[in-house]
Amino acid sequence: MIDVVGVDRIDGPLLVVEGFAGAAYGEVVEVTAPTGTHLGEVLSTGTDAAIIEVWGDTTGLRTEDVAVRFRGETLRLGVGPASLGRVFDGLGRPRDGLPAPPAAVTADVHGAALDPAARAYPSDVIRTGVSAIDAMNTLVRGQKLPIFSAAGLPHDALATQIALQAGGGEDEDVAVVFAALGIAHDVAAGFRERFEGSGLAGRTALFLNLADDPPMERIVTPRAALTLAEHLAFEAGRHVLVILTDMTNYAEALRELSARKNEVPGRKGYPGYLYTDLASLYERCGRIRGRPGSLTQIPILTMPGDDVTHPIPDLTGYVTEGQIVLSRALHRAGIYPPVDVPASLSRLMKDGIGEGATRADHAEVAAQTFAAYARLRDVRSLATILGENALSATDRTYLAFGEAFESGLLAQDPEEARDLDTTLDLAWAALSHLPASELGRVSEATLAAHYGGGHGAGAGHGGGAGHGGAGDAT
Amino acid sequence: MTRVGRLRRITGPIAEVALEAPVGVMEAVFVGDAHLAAEVISLDGDRATLQIYEETAGLRPGEPVEGTGAPLSVTIAPGIVGATVDGIQRPLGVGDAGPYLVPGATSTDAERAWPFTPTVAVGDAVDGGAVVGTVPETPSVTFSVLVPPDAKGTVTSVAPAGDVRHDDVVAQVRTDAGDERDVTVAQRWPVRTPRPFAARLEADRPMITGQRVLDTFFPIARGGSASLPGPFGAGKTVLQHSLAKGSDADVIVYVGCGERGNEMAQVLREFPELEDPRTGRPLMDRTILVANTSNMPVAAREASIYTGVTLAEAYRDMGHHVALMADSTSRWAEALREIAGRLEEMPAEEGYPAYLPSRLAAFYERAGRVTTLAGAEGSVTLIGAVSPPGGDFTEPVTQHTQRFTRAFWALDRDLASARHYPAVRWQGSYSFYEDAVAPWWREATGVDWRDLRRRAGDLLEEDARLERMVRLVGAEALPDRQRWALLLADLLKEGVLRQNALHPIDASCAPAKQVRLVRLVVELYEAGLEAIRSGVAWLRLREAVDVAALGRLKEAVPDDESERIDDARDDAVAAVAAVRRAAEAARAEREGVAT
Repeated sequence: MIDVVGVDRIDGPLLVVEGFAGAAYGEVVEVTAPTGTHLGEVLSTGTDAAIIEVWGDTTGLRTEDVAVRFRGETLRLGVGPASLGRVFDGLGRPRDGLPAPPAAVTADVHGAALDPAARAYPSDVIRTGVSAIDAMNTLVRGQKLPIFSAAGLPHDALATQIALQAGGGEDEDVAVVFAALGIAHDVAAGFRERFEGSGLAGRTALFLNLADDPPMERIVTPRAALTLAEHLAFEAGRHVLVILTDMTNYAEALRELSARKNEVPGRKGYPGYLYTDLASLYERCGRIRGRPGSLTQIPILTMPGDDVTHPIPDLTGYVTEGQIVLSRALHRAGIYPPVDVPASLSRLMKDGIGEGATRADHAEVAAQTFAAYARLRDVRSLATILGENALSATDRTYLAFGEAFESGLLAQDPEEARDLDTTLDLAWAALSHLPASELGRVSEATLAAHYGGGHGAGAGHGGGAGHGGAGDAT
Repeated sequence: MTRVGRLRRITGPIAEVALEAPVGVMEAVFVGDAHLAAEVISLDGDRATLQIYEETAGLRPGEPVEGTGAPLSVTIAPGIVGATVDGIQRPLGVGDAGPYLVPGATSTDAERAWPFTPTVAVGDAVDGGAVVGTVPETPSVTFSVLVPPDAKGTVTSVAPAGDVRHDDVVAQVRTDAGDERDVTVAQRWPVRTPRPFAARLEADRPMITGQRVLDTFFPIARGGSASLPGPFGAGKTVLQHSLAKGSDADVIVYVGCGERGNEMAQVLREFPELEDPRTGRPLMDRTILVANTSNMPVAAREASIYTGVTLAEAYRDMGHHVALMADSTSRWAEALREIAGRLEEMPAEEGYPAYLPSRLAAFYERAGRVTTLAGAEGSVTLIGAVSPPGGDFTEPVTQHTQRFTRAFWALDRDLASARHYPAVRWQGSYSFYEDAVAPWWREATGVDWRDLRRRAGDLLEEDARLERMVRLVGAEALPDRQRWALLLADLLKEGVLRQNALHPIDASCAPAKQVRLVRLVVELYEAGLEAIRSGVAWLRLREAVDVAALGRLKEAVPDDESERIDDARDDAVAAVAAVRRAAEAARAEREGVAT
């Protein structure tokens, strides 16, 4: 370790130490001033000077009495199973007043890139008990599936429900790592209470960088959380669920830092490397061949202005394996969870579901429901122009399907864990409002086994010819 | 290797070197005690700027830099096909280093023995690029050892048939200038330099992809180039995977450039198990994977598409037809932007450097169907996925890629959210190869392909026009002729354009089956129109023909039984004709009574 007293320049979170050639790129530093100690990292190092980024508030620092200690290594965090049940700050230091937990290993918080050829392709389905996810956007162990939300929508409730229902119960292998990125105290407290109330508390670790904590710490918080999660998943063999909320706050901290560094801005002022930076978090996820554990990520982000093309959701969507999009319209209609079905997607669903894993008809019923829901949107917009009475009989069956789907399958109680059979049967019940001839994405055999089994398949809709009824004749 | 200088400054993947000995611009160098791979990107007096292909944390000023005397190059040698390498051709998934990438790792494949068969004899005159012998690299791909392009001359020695290793000399050539040149099994080629060939050939033979919407409507030629832009979730990667599986190329180079690790894991799990439709061998036996995922070092991502295309050219020069899929070129462009930003270059559009268009043009110009230096035919077909931010096709990477590629396959968010895959928009996509490949289709299928496409295209045009009206007035208000058009356009979309990548039969479709499916829709549509003109109500036609069943033919009928589609077409057209005749007879009777 090398100590230097006094720096030459302070510019927001950046410190410049001139005439110092001994820093390694990326090494961690302790910045000590009379006001306290912060951690930071070497951003650029040369024979003439080192530039340091401080993860903390530099207010009140003075160039002459700042002491900088170069630790000679990148930021490392002691992690182990004993970290579960504990609360940490944004840099991974205990925040619950207890001493640091005993560490099994210390690991670089930046992680190392996983060899893509060492990955195992994730295909084990997680039953979340949330129909909108289990039926239409199935989650698998090792997937990264973000929730694209917006201010005022119940993303926190949905994430908690997924964590509790996927991770609660008897499965002792499951652990939850929760990273709060610039969220309000009461939101963080809400998560904590629900975890504690569920008996999952002993299997949960919280990393809290709250709204009034230094924004620059936020750059480290998800990395610290993922370092623990990687250890639990890939070394200790646990099934780990990581919740990162709110990634929008993280990206804004990154933008702030980038602006301080006078970097060339990309879209909306975010740095050009936002994609690479987000990928360095989201890709710390998955499964490794020959190892039992898994790391599943559910990042939450609030879309500024409800805009899915904003750089944060956009670049997230390009890295993650799908997205769960929440809809303000469904929320206003009182439907929980308000999952926007056509906009949502699980890329890993196709290889996870099917006979043996979920149910033989799952792929077909999901494909048909997506297709019907897309048609429903057209029918609804036509109905607002022409009125329902002017719709054809076939089109009216779509309205019935939509009603049955949204109130039957989509809507459920935040405490309800619905089993998969019930979920898929509800999808068939909704589809059975449509004439069989409309169900082109389902094979004849599947149709024979499931169609009309529920309610709603009224007379005149079952046959091949003659469907649609007289309403089609103008 | 010699020391050329010491590090002056390190900032992320960029480093500045105080030079002690001369280096060349674009020279490959190794950095620091950890021996990290890097490339010289600019020189200024006694200072050089490097981009480093590995994680740089821990590097310190003063660490040594070693020169190699050559530009960044790939090794062309047997063992490439079937393997997975990173953006600078280091092997992935091998060794006991554990599941994480270790900076400074090197290739170790040189020790393997390969059975060599010579194809020249002492005294033969050979041109540069001539084949001196072959190695069965995989059961699907034969590797040819070539005379280096600049070594035209006379063979003075040649190795006998038997085992050879990468560094073995298998032939010697006395060049016309009198130099004695060794021909080794493994040869190096700089990635940023296109490999030479004798002549370009016209791209008039389609590369069959097995995707109906592409082959039939927006074909790509062997040696052609295509861009595949689409917002996230529109199915770029699934389509690229389908192309890698179904295309009738000899060798596939798949470049995963800044994309997801799990997608590479999927390819590595599936391709060894899936069958190559042409040879019946595992797909992996014809596949080269270049994987530089989004979390791997950004400079190596920039290099990865050059590594991929250079390997593609190397197999082209052995007389193979090679197709390269790059997913995604936007991530490559972002790597370019990130490095340009670190160098504080003046940005042009959206922060991209001003040389983005020329780099894209140079890349896509490496596509082509050619006569190789050895006189054989080979081709490189390039298909680049583009990931426009926010799905906005006016952004620079999409725009410039569109300028330099000849087929444009636009993916559509609305089609994707209706789970209509491949979500290739039929309005807005195009191919300049249509006319060039039409004679091949006519020859291969015996059908006037150009005319068939026109009739199908007219139906889609009509549909698009009617959809706008339907949105305003509802389908009920349309006349019978137009209701029939909507119904048959739906059949065209569901039964032909939409293709299920996961279905065992439908995942890939042979040309004959494609033509039969399109013909079924077009002829049924026209027969129906004729009946409607004779006074038949469209509802009567819908009762007479089970349209939903026709829509399932694509999944029910395998390629080698596709004549069954013609039977279904004949039955459907006959049923429509019967309804028409009945109506005409009834009318004749009424008119007869009236007179």
